[in-house]
Amino acid sequence: MNQTEISCKDYRLRNLDEQGSSTTRKETLFRFFLIAAAIISVSIVMGIFVSLLFGSWKSINEFGLNFIWSSTWNPAAKQFGALPFIIGTLSTSFLALLISAPFSFASAIYLSLYLKNGWFSGLLKFSVELLAGIPSIIYGFWGLFVLVPIVRSFEIKLGFIPYGVGVVTASIILAIMIIPFASSMASEVIKLVPQDLKEAGFAMGATRFEVIKNIILPYASGGIFSGILLAFGRAFGETMAVTMVIGNSNIIPKNIFSPANSMASVIANEFTEARGNLYLSSLIEIGLLLFIISFIVNAIGNRIMKKMTVKK
Amino acid sequence: MEKRLKVRQIKDKLFTVVMALFSIAIILPLFFIIFYIVRNGAVEIDWHFITSLPKPVGEIGGISNAIVGTTELIGIATLIAIPIALFTGIYMKEFEKSKLAAVVSSLTDLLQGVPSIVIGIVCYLWIVLPLRSFSLLSGSVALAIMMLPMIIKSTYHSLKLVPDSLKEASLALGTPYYRTVMKVIVPAASSGIITGIILSISRVAGETAPLLFTAFGNPFMNLNITKPVNSLPLLIFNYATSPFSDWQKQAWGASLILIIMVSALNLASKIMEHKWKTTY
Amino acid sequence: MKRVLKSIFMLALLLIYANSYARSISFLGAGSTFAYPLYSKMFDVYHDMTGIKVNYQAIGSGAGQRQIIARVVDFGGSDAFMSDAQMSKAPAKLLHIPTALGAVVMTYNLNIKGKLRLTPAIIAGIYLGKIKKWNDNRIKSINPNLNLPAENIVVVHRSDGSGTTFIFTDYLSKISKDWKRNIGRNTSVAWPVGIGGKGNSGVAGLVKQIPGAFGYVELIYASSNNMPMGYLRNSYGKFVYPTLASVTVAANIKIPADTRVSLTDTASPNGYPIAGMTWLLVYQEQHYLGRSKAKAKAFVKLIWWMTHAGQKYTKPLEYSPLPKSVVRLVDNILQSMTYDGKPIIR
Repeated sequence: MNQTEISCKDYRLRNLDEQGSSTTRKETLFRFFLIAAAIISVSIVMGIFVSLLFGSWKSINEFGLNFIWSSTWNPAAKQFGALPFIIGTLSTSFLALLISAPFSFASAIYLSLYLKNGWFSGLLKFSVELLAGIPSIIYGFWGLFVLVPIVRSFEIKLGFIPYGVGVVTASIILAIMIIPFASSMASEVIKLVPQDLKEAGFAMGATRFEVIKNIILPYASGGIFSGILLAFGRAFGETMAVTMVIGNSNIIPKNIFSPANSMASVIANEFTEARGNLYLSSLIEIGLLLFIISFIVNAIGNRIMKKMTVKK
Repeated sequence: MEKRLKVRQIKDKLFTVVMALFSIAIILPLFFIIFYIVRNGAVEIDWHFITSLPKPVGEIGGISNAIVGTTELIGIATLIAIPIALFTGIYMKEFEKSKLAAVVSSLTDLLQGVPSIVIGIVCYLWIVLPLRSFSLLSGSVALAIMMLPMIIKSTYHSLKLVPDSLKEASLALGTPYYRTVMKVIVPAASSGIITGIILSISRVAGETAPLLFTAFGNPFMNLNITKPVNSLPLLIFNYATSPFSDWQKQAWGASLILIIMVSALNLASKIMEHKWKTTY
Repeated sequence: MKRVLKSIFMLALLLIYANSYARSISFLGAGSTFAYPLYSKMFDVYHDMTGIKVNYQAIGSGAGQRQIIARVVDFGGSDAFMSDAQMSKAPAKLLHIPTALGAVVMTYNLNIKGKLRLTPAIIAGIYLGKIKKWNDNRIKSINPNLNLPAENIVVVHRSDGSGTTFIFTDYLSKISKDWKRNIGRNTSVAWPVGIGGKGNSGVAGLVKQIPGAFGYVELIYASSNNMPMGYLRNSYGKFVYPTLASVTVAANIKIPADTRVSLTDTASPNGYPIAGMTWLLVYQEQHYLGRSKAKAKAFVKLIWWMTHAGQKYTKPLEYSPLPKSVVRLVDNILQSMTYDGKPIIR
């Protein structure tokens, strides 16, 4: 801080010699810069939306709402329907949430209520942070070479066609990827529960389990819901890890072992090869759908989160 | 009465054990992933691997182009993102009550949630098509857009931590407003801002999806911003999904290097956060 | 803060400076995954010889066609030739320049002794979903010596737009009226049955891992992965095994001047019936989007080398080299390439 103070004085002294008008001009310029930066940031986001909208205009015109309900994706016949990908994305994301929920919930409770300090909680926190830092391409790579053979051997035992890749494999990888995020969201929410409430519970002679079940969970339910929503927001836009293990099959999956395709991975797979404006436009429309869903999910999730924080 | 208490206690114990087991379970995938990457990757990495260019199938090459390419992409992305994000963050703090600030705030939240592949599409439309080439520039812009919300948010939150008294003192001394902001408030929040920048770099360093239709890949070294460039994540993707086993092996080596890079950045931000932490 | 801004500015200047230095000639190509092992070898050698960097990205033949039409690459790579309608979408006249020959082979995952024999009717039947079991009488009658199991046939195809698919569906359209009417020939089609793998390697991987699987891949991907390949009955009634020789022989037909021809089901008696060429797609007029004359010259030289001296790299990598007759056609095509309307080489 010392340095800043000195430079402060320094400027003040110099400032006395300067003309007032030059200061005002600089002031205006500075404000201009700030506003310009803010406007640039806003226009980038707006620009993304507008570009996607323009890019997908052709497909919106051609298929209308049918685009979402049709299950045919046939570039040769110029028929494009996004239903298989919407179902692929929803099923993998929901399954991933289901798989990750007990783990992220448990670790959040454990970290925020049981082990606030100590080497184990340190290790746990460290692991969660490391997991969050691993790039998704590495999850996909690892999934392809380690997880896929494991899933395949299960499929052989269960009598399914042993693809190895498919909805369930993608869901497991996604679950591992969203655990850190979901866990930190859940700890955040649990921390918002007022201390008085918890203490009152313990004072009544309740066990820890009972405090968690009867006080913390009901209190935090809204936050947990928004946490789930935001974790879902993370999962559904994930591209690379899913692309590598989902099987890239443009049909509606029959069961959780079927290969499928997600919205993000069909873009990754076909964007460079889409010949013809309608094909390209349809892929951009899938991008637009992703953008809109992320807008809705994050808006609702953040609103509930903010309300929770204010309530405290 | 006695019996009920017992049941309750057993329930509590059981719950504790289950929670502990689930918590331990989340360390397992991390352990497995790190184990596989270190075991398969470490044997691949040597001086030749880091310093030479890729070779055709069947000959042993390296990944120097991808290491340099990733550095270029991140460097240029940071150069683009910092000025915009920094000033936007300052704007949000200084004009907190304005309508524009509210719009910026909700749009940054939105931008953070936008899937990276969508940003790839947009940069293809904005830069690749007009410039008529896949390029380093288009990849950097894609990464810069992804960095924006993280830096804006961290700047805003760090600035909020600076006490108003500091600003008031500076203004009372007759320091003009812009100098107060740039020379007093921003430096006071610098540790948080820089931590945010480093974290955002570590987040985009491993991004693949937005580079698929922008940076595109290149088996050679490239310093020209209008030409395609390779990056570590792109190389891992291409090699991992190839049918050639020596390329798959090299992908493990590249993964280890990428993980080390990302973890080092994460660690740096942690240390910085810890060491420079200023409390008011 | 000023210092930071200043250093940012300096760095930007430095980059622009470095930029002006890095203006040596380089080319960007994208497309066919089939040709990728060959091209990566050729371009590596060419870089050592001349210092010219050719960046080739294997993103699929469909993508190669799309990117050359969008003019974001210098050349596209494709195993499928473009139709007149497709070429009319390009902003200027496109040329097809063949660089090598390849074959699509039928590969399978069966625990049998000996090699499977296949007829056009069997392949069409399986891919139309009409033959479902390996011990179907239609397969058994052709392979009386093989002990075929009662397993389901798991059909595997490509999930991405691919030249391999184009060649394969071109063949199916020629031998099966049913296929031609209902599905047709394209880089990607609406498959009646089966699962999709990405790239030749994806299909090879699936067939290798799934018992009872049946799929089509380019020759090099099957042989480099030690996968069994079926004998195929050609239009002469002869069962032919896919080899470099039988592929080269299949190209022994009259090839049109623009080389856009299908090599499937040709009338060659010893030819393998699912063969095809892989092409470079380039613009005839090379002066577009500010290309220099030097670059155009270097470009034609590069292609000349690939189709002449560079052909020696085909056989070690299990591609069939271009027959002499085709090379002569290539010479004519290269001579027709222009810069400002004037031929680039004579």
